Amino acid sequence: MAVAGTPERVAYLNARLLDPASGLDAPGALLTEGTRIADLGPRLFADGPPEGVEVVDCGGACLAPGLVDMRVQLREPGEEHKETIATASRAAAAGGVTSMVALPNTEPVVDDVAGVEFVARRAREEKLVKVYTYAALTRGLEGREITEIGLLHEYGARGFTDGLKPVAEAQVLRRALAYSTAFETVVLQHPQEPSLATGLMNGGEMATRLGLSGIPPLAEVMLLERDLRLVEMTGGRYHAALISTAQSVEAIRRAKARGLPVTCDTAPHYFTLDESAVGDYRTFAKVMPPLRREADRQAVAEAVADGTIDAICSDHAPQDQDAKRLPFALAEWGIVGLETLLPLSLALVQQGRMPLLELLRRLTQAPAGILHGRAALAPGLPADLLLFDPERRWSIETGRFLSKSKNSPFDGQAVQGTVLRSVVDGRTIFQA
Amino acid sequence: MTAALPLGGAPGFPHRHLLGIEGLSRGEIEFLLDLADHYAAQDPREHKPSSILAGYTVINLFFETSTRTRTSFELAAKRLGAEVTNMSVATSSIKKGETLIDTAMTLTAMRPDLLVVRHPDSGAVSLLSEKVDCAVINGGDGSHEHPTQALLDALSIRRSKGHLAGLVVAICGDVLHSRVARSNIHLLTTMGAEVRVIAPPTLLPSGIEGLGVKAFHDMRKGLADADIVMMLRLQNERMQGSYVPSVREYFRFYGLDQEKLAAAKPDALVMHPGPMNRGVEIDSELADDIARSLIRTQVAMGVAVRMACLDALLRGSQIAGGEQA
Repeated sequence: MAVAGTPERVAYLNARLLDPASGLDAPGALLTEGTRIADLGPRLFADGPPEGVEVVDCGGACLAPGLVDMRVQLREPGEEHKETIATASRAAAAGGVTSMVALPNTEPVVDDVAGVEFVARRAREEKLVKVYTYAALTRGLEGREITEIGLLHEYGARGFTDGLKPVAEAQVLRRALAYSTAFETVVLQHPQEPSLATGLMNGGEMATRLGLSGIPPLAEVMLLERDLRLVEMTGGRYHAALISTAQSVEAIRRAKARGLPVTCDTAPHYFTLDESAVGDYRTFAKVMPPLRREADRQAVAEAVADGTIDAICSDHAPQDQDAKRLPFALAEWGIVGLETLLPLSLALVQQGRMPLLELLRRLTQAPAGILHGRAALAPGLPADLLLFDPERRWSIETGRFLSKSKNSPFDGQAVQGTVLRSVVDGRTIFQA
Repeated sequence: MTAALPLGGAPGFPHRHLLGIEGLSRGEIEFLLDLADHYAAQDPREHKPSSILAGYTVINLFFETSTRTRTSFELAAKRLGAEVTNMSVATSSIKKGETLIDTAMTLTAMRPDLLVVRHPDSGAVSLLSEKVDCAVINGGDGSHEHPTQALLDALSIRRSKGHLAGLVVAICGDVLHSRVARSNIHLLTTMGAEVRVIAPPTLLPSGIEGLGVKAFHDMRKGLADADIVMMLRLQNERMQGSYVPSVREYFRFYGLDQEKLAAAKPDALVMHPGPMNRGVEIDSELADDIARSLIRTQVAMGVAVRMACLDALLRGSQIAGGEQA
């Protein structure tokens, strides 16, 4: 599967080249030299590849920039029984993800330079996908004192967030946003008003039937709208994670129309499932924010299609059996997503909601751009590539996941679209 | 030796477990009520313990303290001749989930025929039922369901009023946290009664109307023309400013007294699942008024209903099939 060593030159022939950054969607070829893209285009190697080049015949499959997953939890350090940087990297490679960014909610929390360096070192040792990390926005994720934003940024923290914990104090977020404008970085918030988001699932009739305390959809838009006022006040770059309600989509839409420096993401479960997935107390569908009602699911899907939601992340949250096979109230939150990100997202294309190139933008160029990086098919850029067949049908089998944890509500789900090959820095790290 | 059962042509009870009322059909509920009626007609002091469940083992597994429900199940099992053992599992708030699965494994090894389970978390009994290889009766799970309570309430009503369909039943109090309310709503709406819930807005769960009830915040309006007034228990910790401002304010607006009861039908009956907070949700004199209160009947019916449930699950098709000896 993983192939050691970086070949000198590789020619990818008979590909459908898809590059959201340039708008390219055409048959053609691509050449990598060492770790970088050397050339590409519809006419490249029209007369056959040159001598001494390793040839990959793509057989008409799609060749695109590798996926950039801007929200994963790696569980290392601290909870290696659920996931490690090694197992998550293998899962990412199998899922077509060539770069991923980890939340800082490990044990210990990544809130100092040593934590950022630890993740970077472990990723170098694994030599698979590119693993980055956010740093905590506040020390110990406690929501009180801001971390060393400048130093952490210098050491490679891709942004600042308290992960699953929203920053509740307006004054703290205000100062963090204001301070962050001195650096080319972004503040990411998981907007759920903590005093309202104390329940176990989406509030409403279904929660009432199950006897589970509900989280009103309002908890999300309420904190989001407060944050947007602080963004307006400070000018700080702000990214809202995991948009799940129609009201939040509207709030983001209005903020963008007013020109605020705001972006947001969602995860496939929010446009694939609704709250009925937790019926019969299915803890594998217990996520924060909770799965919402059908109208919200539709609104999220539409917002991904029209670009109001900039990026799709996997929201990869590994939990072992002991953490999930519990009464609903006691079970941990989260769904593993690295290996299902692409096929679940492709459903939006199959449903006719958006063109393939636009969907790939949400999975590559947009998240990279939010984090001040680039993901594109362009000469000189790192050869981080994804080769996939957008049509092939298969069924998700959680038992085959490379991730250490299998907590997915999508077991047995029929999907369309499969990863054929993942390439990082010119080197094939996964091949189906 | 078994008395004739009034069950000719009954559909029986085709379920392995009794985890909730939601999803049961009218016929299935009637089957359980008819069987319970049969047991209620027996005077246990004259009737020696039956042996129809001789050789069966029932374990009462309670993760939450309970005297009444546990005793009621214990008596029910003994009167049918079953072996019964009580297990109370002390639960620390953090580790109780692990205890649940571990306990299920331990119990399965003991090979009981039926478990009666009470647990503080919604859905926990259903989870446990997937892990054991015997019948399970939900003795109350979190805020979800308490099916035998709803059945005994229905039996009490039916024996007093003669029927359930068409009655106006007002359920008053902490609906938000109440499994008794949910099970009663499912049962009574299925049987064709008109169900109302009356509570301060902070104690009504969102979307409750979707369960087929009308919601009221004004007790007099909600009680108008009611045939049955079902009071719910309000726990002390919810009365000190979190959900309602104070005990005296709650009693002023939502406590049942003669004056508020006057809004209901003249022959309206008062019920309470117990244990009562006298002077909080119900006036003490009213609770003891034999002419108006069904509370003692409820306790008596509790044993009969639980006998019926044990019988239906353990002997299932045998009962429906015949035994009209």
